[in-house]
Amino acid sequence: MTFVANIVTIVLVSAGAFFFMAGTVGLLRFPDTLTRVHALTKVDNVGLGLIVFGLLPQADGLLHALKLIGIWALVQLSGAIVSQLMAQATRRSERQT
Amino acid sequence: MTIYFGFDAGLAALLLAMATCSIVARASFAAIVLFMIYGLLLAIVWVRLSAVDVALTETAIGGGVTGVLLLGAAARLRKSNPPAGEIDLSLRIWAGLLCLLTAAGLAIVVFFLPDEAPTLAPQVQENLAENGLGNPVAAVLFVYRALDTLLEKVVLLLALVGVWSLAKDQAWGGVPGLQVYEQPSRILVFLAQLLPPIGLVVGIYMCWAGANYPGGAFQGGSILAAMWLLVMMARLRPAPAIAAPWVRLLLVVGPAAFLAIGFLGFVAADSFLAYPEGYAKPLIIVVEVALTLSIGVTLALLVAGAPERMPQQ
Repeated sequence: MTFVANIVTIVLVSAGAFFFMAGTVGLLRFPDTLTRVHALTKVDNVGLGLIVFGLLPQADGLLHALKLIGIWALVQLSGAIVSQLMAQATRRSERQT
Repeated sequence: MTIYFGFDAGLAALLLAMATCSIVARASFAAIVLFMIYGLLLAIVWVRLSAVDVALTETAIGGGVTGVLLLGAAARLRKSNPPAGEIDLSLRIWAGLLCLLTAAGLAIVVFFLPDEAPTLAPQVQENLAENGLGNPVAAVLFVYRALDTLLEKVVLLLALVGVWSLAKDQAWGGVPGLQVYEQPSRILVFLAQLLPPIGLVVGIYMCWAGANYPGGAFQGGSILAAMWLLVMMARLRPAPAIAAPWVRLLLVVGPAAFLAIGFLGFVAADSFLAYPEGYAKPLIIVVEVALTLSIGVTLALLVAGAPERMPQQ
């Protein structure tokens, strides 16, 4: 059982790390702010989600698992809000120029 | 073993790179953002050193509050007229030399530490049960080094007085302007309505858990401060006038409670800041709660800045 749990963890966390890498490449390579924000938010949602789900089999009881999911939910919230705020600021500065 | 070494080496290299970039950056905004990243990386370093309490404080203060304070200062500088001039070369060289000397001094001290660094950690761990605390860091902060902790909180108040003293005479006792922070968008208002209930619970939990687990007054207080600031920046509630009695009361309640219990030590125990037998934990919790409130209000008002106008009647 531990063996299966470890395999699940390794696969999911690796997939999460891959998403983070892809998002970082996007952040560095994309041409303007809006596309960069787009790359970044995908990473926050999917990459961190995969890592959290990968860590769940290793969690120390239900409370621990719920804490992990709570962290993911909070990061989701802040990611969504911050990307909206950044996009708004970008549009405002584009309108001014 | 090697994986950990690789991780640590990478972390150290990143930390140094961030520090260098932050110093070299020409634009103040870029320098500040790099400094905040540096603070967050430093927090990971503290976690690797198993100093979770320090890591939490570093995230809250080094990455969070200091960053916001610096960003606010940079925004105010940009508005100020005339723009700040270039600092002349000789001053820069002197500043660089002084920094270099400080760094070299620290490096020498660290490299010439004896192999078995002198430590009081075992004694703290042994006597932990006597205070009824489970977190050795809390024991050091509130039992063995209580005077340092007390003075630290007073310094925080002095810093706030320093910020307030930048107010114009006619605005003294008035309301912090918050003008540097943009008019809120509906999304920020949404966040300010959604997040504070969660943040308040986390902040209170941090303060309460500090006795036995990493956490405590500073960490809890900075989360409370962040929540209040969010509400003020979204203009859901106005910033308070700094002359308001409840503001002044909340600012001093922490240090005052600490001092009062310190003087109680003369009567009930044998010296200043000593706790009477068996009452250490309840007294420490009273101090922690009062300090959390004071730290929260102090940090929030530090970021809110100097008063700029009188409250509307």
